[in-house]
Amino acid sequence: MVSAPESQPQSLFDKLWNTHLVQAQSETTPAILYIDLHLVHEVTSPQGFDLLREKDIAVRCPERTLATLDHSTPTLPPDKDGRRPYITEQAQRQVQTLRNNCKEFGIELHDWDSPSRGVVHVMGPELGATQPGMTIVCGDSHTSTHGAFGALAFGIGTTEVGHVLARQCLLQNKPGSMRINLDGRLGNGVTAKDLALYIINHIGMNGGTGHVIEYTGEAVRGLDMESRMTLCNMTIEAGARAGMIAPDQVTIDYLRGRRKVPQGEAFEAAAEKWLKLASDPSAYFDHEISLDASAIRPTITYGTDPGMSVAIGEMVPVAVNASQQKALEYMDLSSGQSLAERKVDIVFVGSCTNGRISDLRATAKVLRGRKIAPHVRMLVVPGSENIRRQAELEGLDKVVRAAGAEWRLAGCSMCLAMNGDIVPPGKTAVSTSNRNFAGRQGKGSRTMLASPETAAACAVMGRVAGVSEVESTQEGE
Amino acid sequence: MMQAFTRLTGNILVLAQENIDTDQIIPGRFLTATNFDDIGEGAFADWRYDDAGELVAGHVLNQARARHSPILVGGHNFGCGSSREHAPRALLGFGFRVVISSQIADIFKSNAQNTGLLPVVLKPEQHARLLQMDAGEITVDLERCCVIVCEESGEQHNWPFTMDPFARHCLLHGLDRLDFLSQAEPAIQAYENGI
Ligand code: SF4
Repeated sequence: MVSAPESQPQSLFDKLWNTHLVQAQSETTPAILYIDLHLVHEVTSPQGFDLLREKDIAVRCPERTLATLDHSTPTLPPDKDGRRPYITEQAQRQVQTLRNNCKEFGIELHDWDSPSRGVVHVMGPELGATQPGMTIVCGDSHTSTHGAFGALAFGIGTTEVGHVLARQCLLQNKPGSMRINLDGRLGNGVTAKDLALYIINHIGMNGGTGHVIEYTGEAVRGLDMESRMTLCNMTIEAGARAGMIAPDQVTIDYLRGRRKVPQGEAFEAAAEKWLKLASDPSAYFDHEISLDASAIRPTITYGTDPGMSVAIGEMVPVAVNASQQKALEYMDLSSGQSLAERKVDIVFVGSCTNGRISDLRATAKVLRGRKIAPHVRMLVVPGSENIRRQAELEGLDKVVRAAGAEWRLAGCSMCLAMNGDIVPPGKTAVSTSNRNFAGRQGKGSRTMLASPETAAACAVMGRVAGVSEVESTQEGE
Repeated sequence: MMQAFTRLTGNILVLAQENIDTDQIIPGRFLTATNFDDIGEGAFADWRYDDAGELVAGHVLNQARARHSPILVGGHNFGCGSSREHAPRALLGFGFRVVISSQIADIFKSNAQNTGLLPVVLKPEQHARLLQMDAGEITVDLERCCVIVCEESGEQHNWPFTMDPFARHCLLHGLDRLDFLSQAEPAIQAYENGI
């Protein structure tokens, strides 16, 4: 893709791309893109650090690198001797490997003793490490989350983790661009998660392949930062390289005073620059679509990819191809069936999609004064330790526990089920995470994705249900 | 050091399902290793093994020919999902050198190129032809950027594919991209001085 000359109108993406070019793309070589922030976790980094040792190279910019423990970490507290319940010795070894690597190469690690430790895409924004105008990468596809701040943020593989550690740069061909304009306002009780699922359903799980998506329009402007992060987080589920939203006053108000942003006058100066990042009015996009956000209703997935979703209350649609048929078989559903009949065994609230404080508040609002159905197991896992403490300050943990659900320490947990928090074979989970692939939450697990409020409603009813049903059939406090 | 790829004649193995995601290619529980040495053992583990941990008899990936078929033909939108490089590494570990589909997800594709697994995107009708063939020998030629298929009827196809020139260059010669980046160190420094 050829980028527009500088004098021409530029999109947010063009501006970020052009200002981070160390070397432009040529006929035979990709561009060299400078990376402002490199986020690191225990799963995809060990082999990256090995690459450095192999070549005897130091980490080029430790100060631009930030590490956390989240994927393999237990969410249950340590025993009385201080031992953490790791699922395997190998998981523990992986955590220790990151600890050693960070020590050896001088990288800031948010270890067990850090009050800020959290899921990498929750922690970065919370600390203010994520800022508008930055290029941000991480060995994790949901790095797209950070695009909510007007950053160019995308996931990379482990070899590339090694490249960024060594040279603070990446080799990249410029992706195409796409603008999704969301007109209208979201209705009552409709969340950013519903919006994201609606978009993926609309453009398909490969609808964004090869592209960076910018979200614009009234519905996007009306979202708070946490909701914007949820939307950008799910962008990868439409196959896109990255999702982004231009910084505005909402972005600036969220960032002001956070630990890693400039303080005082320097912040105001930075904010002024950030506001100029927005796409120029006549900027060019390779594709543009408009959707009516006011038509969206609370949504849940019924298949094995995030594009297979319906509004709560709708029937399971007809499978249009063999893959969809296979997905229905895996989920033990059939076309035309009412989802409301579907018994739910497990409910998971958490992840970098929906593990933030507003998500926990929404969950607690539904659970307050109610009990989850006796056959349901529900896990509520804050996205970071900061969020956990804030929630406990507000008494949300008590609401969750009183309802019969489990309150855990921060981590990825059941989102990808590599720490021992799993959905058993054949069981149905309603999950606020981002992927419903077969076996994602444990071999044979059946995942239905939804917002925190819908997930909580399903827990209370013990079957697929919306919040309105809970409110009409059960008294809260 | 990445293994070079120039030209390969070998059997195809077809997994026709669309949207084969990275959680199918390598389930999350195999990600706790700190090296890629045995990663091939986890490839498609949830398809190859049943709930009791026994090999699923009759699954195409468990047939003897699977390990002798270096060319995987996957359904549309292959490799969607996570950025785990474990996915192409697991396919390499299992014995594949090429993945062919009518669409391959972005991050999977770049991870494949970085690790020496050749990702080939063919036109839908060509791809459909391979899905139908199900087995048999074809040639993938990276020097000429084409896939050569001889049908039983004797008909021969020569299907060109496009490939990013730099990725092709690195694959053909087994070159490490980090070396290329390292040569740009003066430009990186100049950029940093200008920030
Ligand atoms: S919460 Fe899930 S999607 Fe997010 S970083 Fe962790 S494993 Fe990845």
